[in-house]
Amino acid sequence: MTDRNAKHATFTIERVYPATPARVFKAWADKEAKTAWAYCHAEWPVSDHVFDFREGGREHLVTGPRGGTRHVFDAVFLDIVPDQRIVYAYDMHLDRRRISVSLATIELFAVAGGTRLVLTEQGVFLDGYDDIEGREEGTKIGLDNLGRAFADQRAA
Amino acid sequence: MTERSTKHATFTIERTFSAPPSRVFAAYADAKSKARWFGGPEDWEKSNLKLDFKVGGRESVSGGPPEGPIHYYNAIYQDIVPDERIVLTYELHLDKTRISVSLGTTEFKPLGSGTRLLYTEQAVFLDGYDDAGLREQGTRGLFDNLARSLEMQ
Amino acid sequence: MLNYQSAPLDLAFQALADPTRRLMVERLSQGPASVSELAQPLDMTLSAVVQHLAVLEASGLVRSQKVGRVRTCRIEPQVLHSAERWISERRASWERRLDRLGAFLVETDPAIKPRSKK
Repeated sequence: MTDRNAKHATFTIERVYPATPARVFKAWADKEAKTAWAYCHAEWPVSDHVFDFREGGREHLVTGPRGGTRHVFDAVFLDIVPDQRIVYAYDMHLDRRRISVSLATIELFAVAGGTRLVLTEQGVFLDGYDDIEGREEGTKIGLDNLGRAFADQRAA
Repeated sequence: MTERSTKHATFTIERTFSAPPSRVFAAYADAKSKARWFGGPEDWEKSNLKLDFKVGGRESVSGGPPEGPIHYYNAIYQDIVPDERIVLTYELHLDKTRISVSLGTTEFKPLGSGTRLLYTEQAVFLDGYDDAGLREQGTRGLFDNLARSLEMQ
Repeated sequence: MLNYQSAPLDLAFQALADPTRRLMVERLSQGPASVSELAQPLDMTLSAVVQHLAVLEASGLVRSQKVGRVRTCRIEPQVLHSAERWISERRASWERRLDRLGAFLVETDPAIKPRSKK
C-alpha cells in the first residue's frame, strides 16, 4: 500500500479586463476563442480536443511538451449562467496518473471600464507528482513560472 | 439580470470506526450498503438511491419533507482507490434551483484494527444560499448513521 | 515584516511579490552567483540587496554559503514539496492563462480599428 495523501488548497485570482462580460464569457464558451488563450503553455501542442460547453457537457484535451509528459485534462461543466458564471470540475493526469481533482468557479461582474473576473480554484492534490520524470525540470519551470507570473500579473 | 453571488467554504470531519477500512469502504461501494446510511432524515419521503460506483460513474438520490421542497443530490465519482480514498463532485438542487456544487474527498486510514475516516468538503454555495454550517452539521449526522449501520452488521 | 509561521508557499509568494527579488531569482535560476554579482545590475546599495537576499533565504527559495570573503547564492530546488509545487504551478498556470486571455480580448476588440499594414 503506497502512502496516500490528499492535500487540499483553495485560491482566488482577480483580473479586470477592458471588455464587456459578454465578450469575456464568449472567450470561455467558444471553442475557437478558448483555444487562443486557455491551454497550459502557448508552445505546447493540443490534441484530442473535445469541447461541449453546456451543463453536464464535458471538455477533454491532451497537451504537453513534445516528447515529454502527457498532460491530460478532463472537465465536466456543472453550472453555467451566461455572461455571469461558470463552475466546472476537472481532473489532471500526468501520463497515466491522476494528480488532482478541482472545482473552478469563474465569475464575471460588470464594472466601470469592463469586467471583473474572479477565478476561484478549490482543489485536492493526489499523490504521484513526485514520481513524474522531469521533476527537477518541473521545479525549475515552476519557479520560473512563479517569478514570471508575478512579473506579468496585471493589477486587479 | 439576476444578481449572482457565490461563497466558497471548506470543512473537514474526522471520525473513527472500530471496523477496518475495507468494511467502512464497502459501506460506500454499492447502492444497497450506501442507502442504509446515506440519506435525509427519517420523516422525509425519499427516492431510491442509484449508484454506479466507478470513476466517471454517477450517484443520485432525492428526498424532502412532505409538502416541502425536494432535495436532489447528484454526484460524479472522480477518483477511487479501493479501501483508501474516494473523491467525488456533487450538486444539490432544491426543487429546480441549484444551490451548491462541492468537491468531497473521503480518506480511509487504518487505525489499529479500525479506521480513521477523514472527509473534506470544498463547497461553492450559489446565489445567496445561506448555509450557516448546516451542510457540515448534516454531514456529521450522516457519519452517525454510518457508525450505527456498521455496528449493526 | 514576514510572518515566520506562514506556510512555505505563503513565504515564497511574499518573497516573489517584490520585483527586485524576482530579478534576483531569475538570475539565480541561470546559475549560482555571489552577492556582488547579484547586486551589480541592481540600482541600490549593497545592504539593500543583502536585505532582499535575507527575505529570499527566509522563504526557502534561495540558500547561500560563505567561503572566505565570498558569499555564493543558489536556488534551492527541493524546498517546495510536491503538493506545494502542484499548488504553485496551478496558480502560476492560471496567472499565465489569464494574462493570455487579456491579450486575446485586446486583439479581438471590435472597437479597435485594425492598423493598416506597412
